[in-house]
Amino acid sequence: MTSDRLRQLLPAFSLAVLLISVFYIQPRTMSYLGLNLLFNLAVPIALATIAQMLIIAVNDLDLSMGAFVSFVACVAATFLRDTPLLGVLILAGAIGVYALVGILIYVRNLPAIVVTLGMSFVWGGLAVLILPSPGGAAPEWARWLMKTKPPGIPMAIVASILIAGIAHFLVMRSSFGVVIRGVGGNERSVERAGWSILWVRAAAYASAGFFAVLAGILLVGLTTAADANIALRYTLLSIAGVILGGGEFTGGRVSPIGAVIGALTLTLAGSFLSFLRISSDWQIGAQGAILIIVLALRVLLNRSKQGAGVR
Amino acid sequence: MNNVTLLFHKPWIWSFIAVLSAWVATIIFTGGLGGAGLAQAALTFAAFSVIVGIGQMFVITLGPGNIDLSIPATMTLSATLALKFMNTDGALVLPGLLIALGVGLAVGTANFGLIKLLKIPPIIATLSSSFLIQSTAIWSNRGLRIKPPEVLTDFTTSSVLGVPNVALLSFVLAVAAYFILMRSLFGRWVLAIGQNMRAARLAGVPVDGVRFSTYVLCGVLAAVAGYFLASFSGGAALNMGTEYLLTSIAVVVIGGSSVAGGNSNVPGIWGASLFLFLVVSMLNTFGVGAGVRLIMTGLIIIAVITLAGGRKSMK
Repeated sequence: MTSDRLRQLLPAFSLAVLLISVFYIQPRTMSYLGLNLLFNLAVPIALATIAQMLIIAVNDLDLSMGAFVSFVACVAATFLRDTPLLGVLILAGAIGVYALVGILIYVRNLPAIVVTLGMSFVWGGLAVLILPSPGGAAPEWARWLMKTKPPGIPMAIVASILIAGIAHFLVMRSSFGVVIRGVGGNERSVERAGWSILWVRAAAYASAGFFAVLAGILLVGLTTAADANIALRYTLLSIAGVILGGGEFTGGRVSPIGAVIGALTLTLAGSFLSFLRISSDWQIGAQGAILIIVLALRVLLNRSKQGAGVR
Repeated sequence: MNNVTLLFHKPWIWSFIAVLSAWVATIIFTGGLGGAGLAQAALTFAAFSVIVGIGQMFVITLGPGNIDLSIPATMTLSATLALKFMNTDGALVLPGLLIALGVGLAVGTANFGLIKLLKIPPIIATLSSSFLIQSTAIWSNRGLRIKPPEVLTDFTTSSVLGVPNVALLSFVLAVAAYFILMRSLFGRWVLAIGQNMRAARLAGVPVDGVRFSTYVLCGVLAAVAGYFLASFSGGAALNMGTEYLLTSIAVVVIGGSSVAGGNSNVPGIWGASLFLFLVVSMLNTFGVGAGVRLIMTGLIIIAVITLAGGRKSMK
């Protein structure tokens, strides 16, 4: 097998190694219930990672992801439950704001990091206005969605496969995805081909907003209540997930399936320690360590590839 | 061109104009009460943002993609380890500071090591190292508030001739940073790398050495800020650094430094740090709640960068 192929398989390989170790330490996780418990918190993270990936595909970075998912969670636990129509309108408006942010960044040629940094304050403030203290309740259907038990395969796995499949189709197979990745790769050539960069970027941001909205709703479905700081860690986790899955910051080189696997790996790395009976103090550290290990493996594979080229 | 128009061409002047208007707006609202107290509080709180901002500025100056996300974790870890070591014993202030500096040195070295060895973007390198640093801090801190020695609390909370000590300290650091950036060979190298790394390398700039030193400098400054912030705020707590991730980036950008690197200035960091504090206290005075305050802060950051970006594109 070539090292190129190995590199593509690296995300899946690291997830498999981690999963087998968990199975080995605690065989009871190798069950319907066990797998669902291991991975259900990964479902909203996977959606947020896909959202982040769409922004990274056009060479930007979204530092407001965590605040936005928290905001959506607050809307879902209040308006979407009590007055569904108003709730849907608010969330649609929020997706519209995402598109506007994309347009502003492009038109004024602004650094995405700083604008989304500012937006993280805005979403955080709105979330605090909606839910000053933790509370609210998840809409029945969102809870049902996360609690449902499909025959044979746990919901968390079904959802992850669905997310990966849909995102793969959207980003790798549809013409929309090709244009978005094209903007990340060579903006000018996409423009010469007759596309409006403005609208492509707006669409990339809007679809990121859409996936982030789904992340927030499903997160509330899991936790059954919301709080303005519920998902702040998603900003960094989503970036780490994209990179872990083989994506790169520039050139539109992203991998939706890899991103979902990256999110699953990070979630599993966090709970792995509790199986080893190591204090949960190191949970975040384990996520950092797994990131470093996978990236180091990637460097080794690249090096062996270069070595083979010289020979 | 006379001196006044020359002044208005400086990229940092706008942040100071903003500082003045926020201060005046607050004073008008309170009817002239508490102007001096407000200025003093602003100087104190801005001082910490300035220290981390200077480090972040040097890193951002290195060019696109260079950013340090490990600042908050470094602040927490250095403060925790230093304060734990001192154990409120005033005689150990200096060794404690050395421990904090050591943490900063280690973090900076680790960050650059990851960037160089793994060939990964600095964002990811500093992100993954920050996860590890944060875990170490959680493990060592145990969720407690570790008390500082009384000497340090007194030093950080008192002032000389009405100017807070921490503000003086960070003013000295800013002056030093100005001379390093604008007048020293090292600073010129940093700017050259930010403008074009390839050209700098071909011109004989020791690129790796300069980048290494810059990341170490940023780590050390974050550690120093953590050490004094913990002493000022009554102890090292796990979440003490959180807000400084966004603040450190925001003060660099609002201060008029280029996010793309290669063009930075130090005075703007002071202006932006004062401005960010004054905006929050202005909104507090107006009696708005936490939510509206956050929204306004975010919109102001976006407005400033939109206007500043517009100035550049008009040239």
